[in-house]
Amino acid sequence: MSTPDVVGRTYPKTPVYEVGREKIREFATAIGDTNPAYHDVEAARKLGHRDLVAPPTFAIIVTVPASVTAALDPDVNLDYSRVVHGDQRFEYRRPIYAGDRLVCQATIDSLRERAGSVFVSTRTDIFTEDGEQVGSAYATIVSRAPQKES
Amino acid sequence: MAATVSYDDVEVGTELPAQAFPVERVNLVMYAGASGDFNPIHWNERFAKSVDLPDVIAHGMFTMAEAGRVVTDWVGDPAAVVEYGVRFTRPVVVPDVGGATLEVSGVVSEKLDDRRVTVDLTARSGDDKVLGRAKAVVQLT
Repeated sequence: MSTPDVVGRTYPKTPVYEVGREKIREFATAIGDTNPAYHDVEAARKLGHRDLVAPPTFAIIVTVPASVTAALDPDVNLDYSRVVHGDQRFEYRRPIYAGDRLVCQATIDSLRERAGSVFVSTRTDIFTEDGEQVGSAYATIVSRAPQKES
Repeated sequence: MAATVSYDDVEVGTELPAQAFPVERVNLVMYAGASGDFNPIHWNERFAKSVDLPDVIAHGMFTMAEAGRVVTDWVGDPAAVVEYGVRFTRPVVVPDVGGATLEVSGVVSEKLDDRRVTVDLTARSGDDKVLGRAKAVVQLT
């Protein structure tokens, strides 16, 4: 297994990601959601928002590059070809909007092995470029043990 | 933020309208493009089987996003979802022919301070429970 001091390690901030209206619309369409807050700026403003609202899981687009950087740390020693997503949680202090310029920073919260599978848990904090914290994402990825020969 | 559901109008046990979402390979292609996750287990059957999966599987995040629609459709303003978390318990297997159907239901499980509630979601594909501990915290009006 890998060195224990990788737990608690924090990785560099990601480059700025500019949240675009068309990307929000595309993402909403991909999940089959016609909610006007995702597509129609006037509808979003009528709800009290400054621009289109991003869906609750949209942040995965920006948090994954940060958390994958952590998972690919050679000290984590993960077989990425066998990785599946174990769990995911988002906590928001405010919604993500079209026009936001976001940066993310990941920290490894834990690293465990059970029955040959490796579990890597990360916390990724989401900030605007100006330093306002928008929220956090918590994720566990699992590198699955190889199947036993039968 | 403007949820259409009032905190005073719900109680523990209030059910959200359940939904059934068809999932086809094309949906996974669209989600791959939208999210940037091009892992071939979500579109390449040969590769999925080579890493011991039964067939192409949906992105866990796609399943999470679709299941979340039960909450956002109920509350109206999606910004009312202030927390959302799931465990990926079983994959949603998406065969080339016929696809899959994701069935999602939700129930208010707790009334919190500040006019927020917790919603517990149940998500199944066929006989498989595909999400565990699926919970959203929703800011009601």
